Amino acid sequence: MLVDFLFELRARKLPVSTHEWMALMEGMAKGLHESSLDGFYHLCRTLCVKDIALYDAYDEAFLAYFKDVHTDALRLTEELRAWLANPRALDELTDEQRQAMAALDLEKLRELFEQRLKEQKGRHDGGNRWIGTGGTSPFGTGGQNPNAMRVGGGGGRSAMQVADERRFREYRRDVVLDVRQIDVALRGLRRLGREGAEDELDLDETVDQTCKNAGEIEVVFRPPRRNRVKVVLLMDVGGSMDPHAELMSRLFTAASRTGRFAKFRSYYFHNCVYGAVYEDAQFRKAVPVADLLANSDRDEKLVLVGDALMHPAELLDPGGASFLYSQNRASGHEWLRRIAAHFRSAAWCNPEPERFWAGTTIEVIASVFAMWPLTLDGLAHTVRYLVRGGERPRIGDPSRWMKAMAG
Amino acid sequence: MSDVFDQFQGTASYIASEELRHAVNVAVALARPLLVRGEPGTGKTLLAENLASALDLPLIRWHVKSTTKAKDGLYVYDTVARLNDSRFGGADGSNVRDIAKYIKLGPLGEALAAPSRVVLLIDEIDKADLEFPNDLLHELDVMRFRIDETGKEIAAIERPIVVITSNNEKELPDAFLRRCVFHYIQFPSRELMTEIVRVHHPDITDRVLDNALEVFFGLRSTPRLRKKPSTSELIDWICALKKAGVDLGRVSGGIPFLGTLLKTEQDVELVGKRAKA
Repeated sequence: MLVDFLFELRARKLPVSTHEWMALMEGMAKGLHESSLDGFYHLCRTLCVKDIALYDAYDEAFLAYFKDVHTDALRLTEELRAWLANPRALDELTDEQRQAMAALDLEKLRELFEQRLKEQKGRHDGGNRWIGTGGTSPFGTGGQNPNAMRVGGGGGRSAMQVADERRFREYRRDVVLDVRQIDVALRGLRRLGREGAEDELDLDETVDQTCKNAGEIEVVFRPPRRNRVKVVLLMDVGGSMDPHAELMSRLFTAASRTGRFAKFRSYYFHNCVYGAVYEDAQFRKAVPVADLLANSDRDEKLVLVGDALMHPAELLDPGGASFLYSQNRASGHEWLRRIAAHFRSAAWCNPEPERFWAGTTIEVIASVFAMWPLTLDGLAHTVRYLVRGGERPRIGDPSRWMKAMAG
Repeated sequence: MSDVFDQFQGTASYIASEELRHAVNVAVALARPLLVRGEPGTGKTLLAENLASALDLPLIRWHVKSTTKAKDGLYVYDTVARLNDSRFGGADGSNVRDIAKYIKLGPLGEALAAPSRVVLLIDEIDKADLEFPNDLLHELDVMRFRIDETGKEIAAIERPIVVITSNNEKELPDAFLRRCVFHYIQFPSRELMTEIVRVHHPDITDRVLDNALEVFFGLRSTPRLRKKPSTSELIDWICALKKAGVDLGRVSGGIPFLGTLLKTEQDVELVGKRAKA
């Protein structure tokens, strides 16, 4: 039956391999799961899930697969019995409460508990009936009922309870990034080559030269390996980008770190690129797109960051720029295509959550530039695409827009 | 449960959560490397030291740096010294032809060559180059390697217990992860933290400890903190409080020795602002 659990895990995009599954079987053969569901939860997680970002998905899978095992878990009921027999709780009660407690005998309480467990569909907080946190139900944790059973919380926790808490939700990949994480993601964006000052000992060459020199030591130096990738970063600022300002500044901090790229330049634009980009976020120092392209090698990597959200006219109509200082003769869409045509590899990172992309101008821009969301995963994809190329994600149906524009 | 399995129970000075103990014991039983991740300051490195002392085995440390190469961990062939000796003659006038003399075993090499079981700590594996873990795969799998220069083969008599720590900075390659037992050290709960502090400061009174933990967990829950204070910082902070004889219950106007808890300017500023508001 456990093979089904393997497929349950894989269905939730957990990369569990046969190798790991065999290790789990070996572990179970040795009794490492302590013949309990709790033990199995930990054993399986420790062997099959190697990334904290996937713990939440594991919890989900575990809950889904083992939800029916709930009532069979002998260990669980034994734990409950132990809690109920625990005299510590009694000390804190008044006489009145103790009488109320006596009204429910252990057997009845357990029966009731199992029945509730079967009926209950999910997590529950507050209230007076279900098993959950808070509230006055006889079952749960952190509640007010004096004769309640405590389930989960504190010391010996059951795996289902741990899984149900979904403590690892915040580690999921779809969260936004801090500077260090961006740093790490950008580290992949590199092509090493030897250039610059010679200050590293070249051992092979030293030995060679020394031999040629009849044993008189001849020391040879060479330049160390450095990243040769050059990057142009274009950032959308102002307006709808304001909520993302903090994230943008983190990205900029990480990308502009000295020594990261052989050459790094950044420019700003508003909404969409029309004819010029700007050296400053106040849009005072304009750099015509023609100049930018003339000064950029085709090998430089272009990264645009923006929400790509605007009124369709601002993108598709010539003269549609909402931005006061620019009178564009070509449409924003046309400018973007000219830029995209110049660079061999270019990508767009979008801080807007992916679920809001459909049916907006994002679809059009994603047909010009390969686009990923500005998350840990998205950034990793962007970096991989910039270095190795590969498939571009298809987002929506931009042809609809093209037709609308033609009509 | 067998005795063989439940070998590690934590030590007098190291409190391990049940989950961590379980992960360690699984790794020992299955003879696979244990990969430990977690926030800085949650005792990842200390785990290896305490595992070694709990099992009474020698510990070999390998601190990985950004320039570390996988081969350095096995052995280093000191060509420059040999070149020098061949030109000027060795200090002891010995034979330059004896290559073995110029081979120095690295930490992984030492662990494999050890006459008995050892604990090997590979600390901060993510610091090194992206390909570093991949280069170690084979040696960690078969626990043997060959010194190319001399043709000598070194194989572990008993598989060492390997503990690998990582700061969660970088994706480790899948092939590497597949071979590891993984554990993420969660930040300790208040109860566990009380225990941990007690181990380090046995003479601390309940009231002082309570006050300190109140302030500490309060700080950690401050939103938008860049670097949350960790266990090791809490222990240092309590040490500072004790040495200075500061009573937290009576102090007003800010947290004393804030510098031991918060390490960035922005955080100090942020906490200052919130305290005023």
